[in-house]
Amino acid sequence: MNWETVIGLEVHLQLATRSKLFSGAATAFGAAPNTQACAIDLALPGTLPLLNKAAVEMAIRFGLAVDAEINPVSVFERKNYFYPDLPKGYQTTQLAHPIVGPGHLDIELADGRTKRIRIHHAHLEEDAGKSLHEDFHGLSGIDLNRAGTPLIEIVTEPDLRSAEEAVAFAKQLHAIVTALGISDGDMSQGSMRFDVNVSVRRPGEPLGTRTETKNLNSFRFMERAIAKEVARQIGVLEDGGRVIQETRLYDGDTDSARAMRSKEEANDYRYFPCPDLLPVQVEPALIEGLRATQPELPEARRARFVTEYGLSDYDAGQLAADTPTAHYFEAAAKASGDPKLAANWLMGEIAARLNSTETAIAACPVSPAQLGGLLQRILDRTISNAIARQVFEALWNGASDADTVIEAKGLKQVSDSGAIAALVEQVLAANPKQVADYRAAADDKKAKMLGFFVGQVMKASGGKVNPQQLNELLTAKLNG
Amino acid sequence: MHDLTLVQMCHGLARRDFSSAELTRHLLTRVKAANPHYNAFITIGEERALAQAAAADQRRAAGDAPTLCGLPIAHKDIFCTRGLRTSCGSRMLDNFVPPYDATVVERFAAAGAVVLGKTNMDEFAMGSSNETSYYGPVTNPWAADCVPGGSSGGSAAALAARLVPGATASDTGGSIRQPAALCGVTGLKPTYGRVSRWGMIAFASSLDQAGPMARSAEDVALLLQVMAGFDARDSTCLDRPVPDYAATLEQPLAGLRIGVPEEYFGAGLNPGTERAVREALAEFARQGARLVAISLPHSGLAVPAYYVIAPAEASANLARFDGVRYGHRCADPIDLRDLYMRSREEGFGDEVKRRILIGTYCLSAGYYDAYYNKAQQVRRLIRQDFLDAFAKVDLILGPTCPTPAFAFGAKGGDPVAMYLEDIYTIAANLAGLPALSVPCGLVDAKPVGLQIIGNYFDEARMLNAAHRYQQATGWHRLAPPLPTEASA
Amino acid sequence: MSIQRADIEKLAELARIHLSEATATATAEGINRVLELIDQLRAADTTGIAPLANPLDATQRLREDLVSESVDRDALQAAAPAVEAGLYLVPKVVE
Repeated sequence: MNWETVIGLEVHLQLATRSKLFSGAATAFGAAPNTQACAIDLALPGTLPLLNKAAVEMAIRFGLAVDAEINPVSVFERKNYFYPDLPKGYQTTQLAHPIVGPGHLDIELADGRTKRIRIHHAHLEEDAGKSLHEDFHGLSGIDLNRAGTPLIEIVTEPDLRSAEEAVAFAKQLHAIVTALGISDGDMSQGSMRFDVNVSVRRPGEPLGTRTETKNLNSFRFMERAIAKEVARQIGVLEDGGRVIQETRLYDGDTDSARAMRSKEEANDYRYFPCPDLLPVQVEPALIEGLRATQPELPEARRARFVTEYGLSDYDAGQLAADTPTAHYFEAAAKASGDPKLAANWLMGEIAARLNSTETAIAACPVSPAQLGGLLQRILDRTISNAIARQVFEALWNGASDADTVIEAKGLKQVSDSGAIAALVEQVLAANPKQVADYRAAADDKKAKMLGFFVGQVMKASGGKVNPQQLNELLTAKLNG
Repeated sequence: MHDLTLVQMCHGLARRDFSSAELTRHLLTRVKAANPHYNAFITIGEERALAQAAAADQRRAAGDAPTLCGLPIAHKDIFCTRGLRTSCGSRMLDNFVPPYDATVVERFAAAGAVVLGKTNMDEFAMGSSNETSYYGPVTNPWAADCVPGGSSGGSAAALAARLVPGATASDTGGSIRQPAALCGVTGLKPTYGRVSRWGMIAFASSLDQAGPMARSAEDVALLLQVMAGFDARDSTCLDRPVPDYAATLEQPLAGLRIGVPEEYFGAGLNPGTERAVREALAEFARQGARLVAISLPHSGLAVPAYYVIAPAEASANLARFDGVRYGHRCADPIDLRDLYMRSREEGFGDEVKRRILIGTYCLSAGYYDAYYNKAQQVRRLIRQDFLDAFAKVDLILGPTCPTPAFAFGAKGGDPVAMYLEDIYTIAANLAGLPALSVPCGLVDAKPVGLQIIGNYFDEARMLNAAHRYQQATGWHRLAPPLPTEASA
Repeated sequence: MSIQRADIEKLAELARIHLSEATATATAEGINRVLELIDQLRAADTTGIAPLANPLDATQRLREDLVSESVDRDALQAAAPAVEAGLYLVPKVVE
């Protein structure tokens, strides 16, 4: 008998604000320890929180993107527990009255069907600091730079049925929040972190006991952690055991998981409304203003790419999902005048180079304008595709623009019939045996044998001959 | 010089009768001589004070004298003072020197005030007798065997002993008014949100409010003028205009409607105190005010509701004292749990621990609805009582405390006996209303206080009533026998 | 409602305050006296009454998203019991 997997996600998303949720300290990543933790972040006595307007607006933007109700009044509460990365001894978060109510997100499954995943709610809260465990003579060092960074926690209903679905949801979510500009989505720096609640059951039976695996910071780790946990739970149940409700930690480096040592059941968070903050009232005018200025979301963008640029649905989907890629594409399409060619280059040459050099598209050394200039020279037949790759190489390595490279290296395509004819004569004269073989060959072999002569001419010309003209001339000469 | 009121000192400084340096040196001498006896100050900031006084004299000479230029005051040790130890009466913060000033401290500095030092208080403002201070109790200048009240007992005693003409204080359940009553001085708890809480170490955030203490309503008005006003750093501080409190002090009281709540004159009220309060009411009637019998039917639930809400908020507010970033840390912790458990065991006194544990209990799983939520519902009922009353009257008058100052240790065995000290003062905190206490007589040679509760942001009317009363009666001018005079 | 010895230990653990054997009983007694006091709340009829978390009917002000705090780490860490390389030191954190 088979098992059904049931998954719910809690996603912690760092918001792309300049300052913290409750203080004016900077949120930038990578500063020296505790240089971005001000008196409020450190919970010095007498300090008080001040709510960041941009964080509230970003949470609302997220809610609008997932068709959620924005609660007109939301309330911050204190979640009480002691931990050295939590300076106040409580986390300021939302519980009973979150800012974003129920919503949903439609994901595309592998077989092309779409599935609606319900979002239970999303709330604003502050991030904690970090404990560093190395090199302190058996002590831990606490860095509170991250303490107070604004998060929204997005909580789904248990609607996901496999690791693949969970990853599809996560990727879609990532595409949306980066399109909205509310998060940089940089998972390597913890901007998006997943807690997965996993249980298994026989189809049709009530939900099984779930475990929570915390703080997964890549799609791959999430997929691995779910797969491992599902296998573990099935193993336990098939051996006649019971799944224990617990919090687990997954280690991506060793691809292993274990239960946390600190006992969750001892926790009693004693939530209550934070008396230092008043209820947050969201006026309808604010919501409408944000709705009117919502950035385009990936799904809408994909449809537009099909109609506006004539891309295939697949290509449009590829280019629309990631916002920096989409922006790059549109700029290059405009600069080149040929969206399809721009799309092909972006998904081919550029994607390959970015991938092999682990470069983000935002940091691509070849700008959309530079790519556009290069593509224009292909389109007007100044250069061939093969030469274009050489020019691209030069641009990647810092050359200013395609025309300069073509000029400097003399890469301009030879389209003068007389010059091409001379080269052809030269090659035919140098290869009498091959000419004879060609002429004696059956018609259906000739096309293939023509390639030899094309190659020789290209070699002699440094690849600069217009391939179409060359084909025509060669065929005429050999058959003539 | 030390017998002058704040307003008189202001005039003296303005007329150059004396310099701020002279005044400051004189008071510092008194503070240093008297502190071993009263223990009213935790920290005396002599050098700073003298430097501030010199600067104030220079400002005045340059023709640039702000309101309180050169006037010596003291801050309750709950207000963070940059570079000056701020202990909150606790071993936990015995070594804490804040790198910032409270807004209240900043405002007094901007007004030119000189800070003599930090006054003693119950630990984290939790107490009604000043007996919970890590630095030992304060002695009531009126009776050496009696408490000064709390938690702002140091400020009240320093004023009564003529060590300082004005002081800051804070009030979560009566911590300004009760010690003011027991020490025979005038103290005002403003409307919640009138004065910034930034830099004032939190006890119960939805109840805490900073306010002034002095020896007359007129002096209190002068201090409130400096303290009150919007502060963007406190989300609960309201952006409302601040009236000129001095301008309306002299207005006649004819036609003033004064509510007298029957619940404030029930069992437990000392007969002498009641007599003094009723005489005060008669004085208001003589000045043309109309006394109206009213009822605040949920008064009896104020203390129980308070002892859920205040400890609940405190249990979270005091979680930051964990021995990690500042404050007391136990020696040689064996692990993280040990660090927390022993640092907090050693850093906090018994009353603070008790309230943290009660608050933890009231918020814990299974008890939230029965205690915390219920108390907040009752809080709404209590506020509604006042809203109903203020539809009919302008001010509500009654006793500040049920009895005059009691002896040290008198309520040591039973926390609830101590808590009932605040039976008349707590409701104003729950409702967020302004309330003040003025001296209204002596019982057994000890002062007792009249409480005046006003409507939201109606401090000017309260100060007007208090001032007119003080002009007519003079109870506030009585001074205790000073220790040297007493022994002489 | 009154609390027992086991309850007080659980509360002390939640509040991270060590209570010695000698003080635990007295602490429980004191707390029980206060619980008797606050149990008077039960008598109040609060049907349909909304809780009042804050005395003012005000709503939260919002702060513009500006970096307004400059951090002087040395000043802020002057009061710290144990610091190394800018980090606060604590006994090893075990997850």
